[in-house]
Order: sequence, then C-alpha cells, then structure tokens
Amino acid sequence: MRTFVGIDLGSTTTKAVLLDDNSVIIGRGITNSRSNYDTATRVAKLEAMIDARLTLCRRALGADVPELADKLDDFLSRLELGFRREQFVEQLNDLEQTCLQQVSGKRFAGLEDAVGEVLAQVFNTLRGEATAMFAPGGRRKSDFFRDIAGSRYLNIAEDTARDADVPYDLLLNVYDKSIIEVENRPPSEDMSGKFLRALQEVVKVAPEFGVDPATVERAVKSALGVDLEEVYLVGTGYGRVTLPFSKEHIRSEILCHGLGAHVMYPATRTVLDIGGQDTKGIQVDPEGIVENFQMNDRCAAGCGRYLGYIADEMNMGLHELGPLAMKATRSVRINSTCTVFAGAELRDRLALGEKREDILAGLHRAIILRAMSIISRSGGIRDEFTFTGGVAKNEAAVRELDLLVKENYGEVKINIDPGSIYTGALGAATFAGRAVN
Amino acid sequence: MTVITTSRSTSEQQEVSKDDSMLKQKAMMAKHFDRLTSARENGEKVCSTFVPGNLNELIMCFDFANNLPEVNAIQNGLRKKSGSYVMEAEKLGHSEDVCTYVKSDVGMMAKGNLAPNGKPFPDPDLLLLSYTGCFTFMKWFELLREQYKCETIMLHTPYEGDGKITDNMREYMVKQLKEDVIPTLERVSGVKFDIDRLRENLRRSAKAEDDLVYVLQTGRNRPSPIDAYFGGIYYIGPIFGAYRGTDDAIDYYKTLREEVDGRLAAGQGPVTPDGVMETEKYRLVVEGPPNYTSFRDFWKMFYEEGAVVVASSYTKVGGVYDFGFRHDPDNPLETLADYCLGVYTNRSLPQRVDMLVNYVNEYEADGLLINSIKSCNSFSAGQLLIMREVEKRTGKPAAFVESDLVDPRYFSAANIKNRLESYFQMVDQKRDGSAKGAAA
Repeated sequence: MRTFVGIDLGSTTTKAVLLDDNSVIIGRGITNSRSNYDTATRVAKLEAMIDARLTLCRRALGADVPELADKLDDFLSRLELGFRREQFVEQLNDLEQTCLQQVSGKRFAGLEDAVGEVLAQVFNTLRGEATAMFAPGGRRKSDFFRDIAGSRYLNIAEDTARDADVPYDLLLNVYDKSIIEVENRPPSEDMSGKFLRALQEVVKVAPEFGVDPATVERAVKSALGVDLEEVYLVGTGYGRVTLPFSKEHIRSEILCHGLGAHVMYPATRTVLDIGGQDTKGIQVDPEGIVENFQMNDRCAAGCGRYLGYIADEMNMGLHELGPLAMKATRSVRINSTCTVFAGAELRDRLALGEKREDILAGLHRAIILRAMSIISRSGGIRDEFTFTGGVAKNEAAVRELDLLVKENYGEVKINIDPGSIYTGALGAATFAGRAVN
Repeated sequence: MTVITTSRSTSEQQEVSKDDSMLKQKAMMAKHFDRLTSARENGEKVCSTFVPGNLNELIMCFDFANNLPEVNAIQNGLRKKSGSYVMEAEKLGHSEDVCTYVKSDVGMMAKGNLAPNGKPFPDPDLLLLSYTGCFTFMKWFELLREQYKCETIMLHTPYEGDGKITDNMREYMVKQLKEDVIPTLERVSGVKFDIDRLRENLRRSAKAEDDLVYVLQTGRNRPSPIDAYFGGIYYIGPIFGAYRGTDDAIDYYKTLREEVDGRLAAGQGPVTPDGVMETEKYRLVVEGPPNYTSFRDFWKMFYEEGAVVVASSYTKVGGVYDFGFRHDPDNPLETLADYCLGVYTNRSLPQRVDMLVNYVNEYEADGLLINSIKSCNSFSAGQLLIMREVEKRTGKPAAFVESDLVDPRYFSAANIKNRLESYFQMVDQKRDGSAKGAAA
C-alpha cells in the first residue's frame, strides 16, 4: 500500500500523519519533541505506523469477521492495549539494562550487587504492574513512556531501596542518567512481533466476543502483512530545518496548517492555531491556499507555553487548567500575557484574595484576546473559522474564543476537530500526496 | 568585474563578493568620513542634516562638510556597534521605544563620537533640519541643539496630505529658503550665496539621477540584474548622502550603470555576498527599511531562496526620481522645494500605496513584502493598511515581517526566516494556483 507521510515537528510535541492513496488518514502518531527531533520524528512516525496497522486490522476485521460488528472497537482496543503493553515492557527492559550499566564507579563501590538487586526488584514490580496498567479500563498517567515509567520507578525504588538499606539517591542517579538515553534511542522496529504477541492474547478472548479465533488471527495477520510503502514525506514545524530533509520535502507550518484545516473542514476560510510557542492567524481561499497570515513576533506571550508555565506555577497539570477555569464565576482582568510576568501577576492576584478559578478564567481570556489581535491583523475572521493546535483542546480557551468571535464578528461557524493537534501534520501529508499524484 | 574581498568585520571572516561599484562606493564613504573628521584641521565648517530632504547642493555652495546622522547610525549598525550605543542612550534616559537611529547617535556621542575611521566627529557648526514628514527628526535635532548649542535652521516641508504639490506649498518653501535658510547658511559659513554655483551642483545631480533611475529600473528585466533593496542600499549611498551634486557621484553612477548593463547583457542576476545569484525564483517589492545589524543574514534569507527585490520604497526615502522628477538647474530654489516635497517620507498613505501598486505591476513582481520597523512610529503606522490595499489592487500576495533599524535585539532570525519561507511557499502556491498547489 502506498502511503504519504506528514511530520509536524513542534516545539513541544512531534506529530505524524499517514495518508493512503485515497488521501484517507490511516494513522496518526504523537510524541514529545524531547529536544531531539531526529528521534521524535522516528517515534512519531512509528506511532503513526502502529495506528495505521490498527486501521488496517479494523478494515480486515470489518470485512472478514462481520460478526464482530459493534464490538469491533472493544476488540481492537484490546489488541492495541496488548501491543502497548509489549512496547512498554520492551522499553522497561531497555531501561533496566541501561540502568545496570550505570552502576559502576566510586559512588557505587561495594554497593554494586545491592543496587543491582534493588533494580531487579524494581523492574520486576514494574513489569508486573504492566499487565494491570494495560488491561481494559487500566489507568495510566500519560501516553508517554517517560511519564508512566518515571513516576512509578521513583515510587517503587524509594520503598525498595529503604527496605534493602541502599541509598535512594543512587537509584535516582542511575535513572536520571538512563532515561534520556533510553528515550532518545531509536525505537525497536519489531512492530509485527509485538502485534503478534498481543494477538495471541486477543485470540484467547475471541470466544468471549463470539468470533472464531482462527478467522480473527487470519484477518489480523493479513493486515499486519500489508506492505506499507512510504512514497513521499513532507516535514513541517519549527524543527524542520534541523532534519536531513531536502528542500522539496519541507513546507512551512503556515501552509500546512492552512491546508490541514481545509482538509478537515473544506469550508474553512480563517484558521487560528495556538501552539507551544507561536500563535498564527491564517486566511485561506476556498482551495486551502494561504492568502495571508500573521504570527506573534519576537515574543511568545500568550502561546501554549504560557499555560504550561501557569500550570507549573499553580502546581497543576496542564489539562486541569481548563476545567478549573470553567468553574469561574467571574473573570479577573489580566493584562500581561508575558510568560515571564505571568507568575508575578498570578501571585499578585492570589494575594489580593482572588479565587484561582477566576484568575485562570482571566488568563484564558488574555490569551484569546491576544490571538484575536493577531487574527485581526491577518484580515479578521471569515466563515468558517477553524481553531487548531494544542490550546484548542482547552475548553476554557474555547469558551472565551466563542464569546469574543461572536462579539466581534457575529455568527460564525467555529470548527474544532478533536484531532486538531494533527492539523499541521495532516497538511504536510496532503502536500506529500500532492507532490506525487 | 566582480572581485572577492575579505570582510573587515571580525565576526564575519568569510569571503564576500563585491562589485567594482561597491568598492568605489566604499572608498567614497571612507573619503566622506575622512573629510568630516579632518574638517577642523582643514578649516572646514560642518553642517548636520538628514537624508530625506537633504539639500546637499545648497550646503555645498557654502563649503560645509555635510554630516548625516542617519548615515552614521547605519554605519554603526552594519559595524555591529549600534547595540552598545543604543544601550548607552537608554542608560541616559531614552526609552526602549525611541527611534534607534536617534539612540545610536546619542549613544555614539556619549561614547566618544567616533566615526567609522576611528577619529572623532567634529561638533557641527550648524544643524539644518529639513523636515520632511518624520516628526522624530525634529526631536532628534532638539537633542543635538541642546548638545552642541549651535545654530539651527528648520526648513518646513508641508506634508503632501492631498497627494499633490501645489504652487502655494512651493512658494512657501522658496520663501523659507530665501528668507531664512540661505541667509543663515551665509552667516554661519561666511560664504556668500552664489546661485550659479547652485545651478552647477543641480546640473550634476540631475546627471547622476538619470543613471540612478536607469539602474533601479533595470529591475524590470527578467532576471533582474540588481537587487533593488539590499543591493539598492549601496546604490543610493552617494546620491542620498554628501555626494549628490558632485562629479564623484556622476562617476559612481556611470560605473554602476555600465556594470549593471554588463550583467543585463549577460543575462545575469544580482551580485550577492555569496556571488552572482544564479536563479531568480521570486520577484518582490519591499516596503520599509532593512535591518542593518543583521543585514547580511537578512539578505541571505532572500537570495538563498532565489528571491530578488525588483523594486523598493526605501530606495526612495532620499528622493523619488523614477516618476520623472530631476533637480532642475533652471529653477534652482523651486526644484529644491519640489525635491523635499516629493521624498517618500513626505508622501501620504494613498501615494505610498499607488507607488507600491505601480512597482508590483510595472516590475512584474510576485508580491509585496513589508519589513516594519519596531521603533519607527512615523512610518510603521498604516503599513498593514498599505499591505491590504496593495494586495487588493494587484491580486498578489503580501507578507509582513518585523525587525528594527539598528537595534540588534529586535532581529529574531528564526521567526523572520520562518515567515519569509512561508511567504515564498505561499507565492509558489498562488503561482501554481489550483493546478498543483491546491487541487486535490
């Protein structure tokens, strides 16, 4: 099967989208950019390939095992969970080996065996937890290995080290040295092996779904056997220049966001993208061609990073900001969207006795006000209006945007796709398809 | 002939291509600064004035050496000295938003007032403020007057708000020249005004102006043999500065014209610091001054992508010649008035739009790019409106980047490059239209 790849190397996350010959999205992948765009590209692409395999499995199971019908989603999610567990354990094993290699030198003198034993116990426990973590309904802190493994490692290692009378800081030391190495190591390419192992688990539960295990196995194996040929790749985003892509494989993120939004919503005429470090207002024509654009200049005030910083200041998770702001009864007026000043402004308002949710509502409004200024400089909002980027996931930001759009431009259809974070990558993949077809 | 020389700047030790005219221009600049810094020992008096509305032909009649503060600021920008001067001026109490030409000048004065040749500039004997639309110039000369306690003349040029020069405006200016400007110049210099001398200077100006216009209009060719913005900065040096009305300027523009003709005949593109540009991919019209502190990096972002500036408004700030105006020796004072009235900075927004639309059409450009200057309140105002209007009237895409004149802190290379690349790709898309760029 011919595929066309789009990679969006953002400042915070790297996204990949895989299109088939009919310009249908068959896979999407995301990873943290980790200051190493080379690895981030590989990981995002691999994630998109995994997603693509699942799409192919869906297509094959849909065609060959019609009796799965409305249970197909559930069945596939088990296959994916099994795969994710395999992938997680593989990376755990890598982390364990890497940690063990760090146990040497003066600091560990005489303690090598003891630290080794603690590590073995910690990783055994972690591996043991993997099954429950990746069972249907299992809870994981994040989708990124570093986040899941990191927090559990630190907790388990602390207890295990204390029981074994081994200094905890030694365990911290080996972890810190190893995690970056593991994270930056190119991922294992053995996708099929992991899928097949996951398949064995799924096949066991096939009868529960009322389907024939052999038919399921055949369908999944046929999907895994499809050759995914990468015909053309286009990269975009801030990291694009650091990659060994030749010029014809690079498109600016302005064009990619414009085209991506057009592909998602063909009637789009104005696009707002709020990403990690920039805010873009883009005007596109009915074909998705960019007519005009404006970006924040010289300063990333009011971009996604601003919210990240606020979350850190408030000791909250980024995804918790929106829901808390939604509880506000009033919006505190915040004038500065400067990321550096945000902390001071925040503390000042708290000291004045303002409620956290009201301050947060004000902060969200401030971001959107700044975005509105950028859009107006690009030519204003035309119907339909598509909002993309990480901040589009934030309900409080969306609420403020709705209000301000209505106030300034009247009734406009606002589109927000749940997968809007992939807009740039989708545009890039569409460019890749057009470069060949 | 194009020769390769090594840049003097210690931070840029790479080989740089330069035309004969550029070398000649460099020598002229050196001579200009040597004249200024030796003025005292040579018994010459010094007059400071600005580039837009620069009355060099008249100043020359009184044997003044002409010192142009913007030119000094630009030199300090190109030589990477303006950053510390700007900060010095801020230390002295000038805010972050003040014009950075002013701050570079104020900082330079505070740090020894050294010319590019390393010798101190003499204090001016006279400040000739020919006001042509930039209100900051007035404030700047107020500061200089305070500093030097010397005589000041203000020649007020009425703004071309209605888009045309009226007899009344011209008479008003001639009156000022006769009653105030010339008598003061005579008094301070001790030289009697000789109108025939002025006529001779004006005749020489017109000759050089013909060649300048010829050169700038070669941008209409494909490929354009010149870059009318980055290269254009060099081309306007002599005529916007202390050389207009001299034989040196006539020689320079003759050399330049021959050189450009040679490239034209050979079907060659402009000379960039990295050599002759091989492929012309994009033809642009640019509005706004360049950034001088990262001048070469900024230029590189264009020529690396195959972008040539075929016409620019900045090369008209010291005089708009391409719509027919020439200094006229038969009407010496009236022509000085017309010159001041017509400079780009004295033109209204609709006139600026008309000029830019004309350039996009006449020079068959792919679009308009605006480099908006953060610290220039006079001319950044209205640029978005200009951009939209030009877009609407030409149907060509436009883009907006922002930087500063000589404050290195306001040049964010990654952001500007990102916008330029996006713009170039947007032009590609537009050009390809629905055929390739967007037809699914």
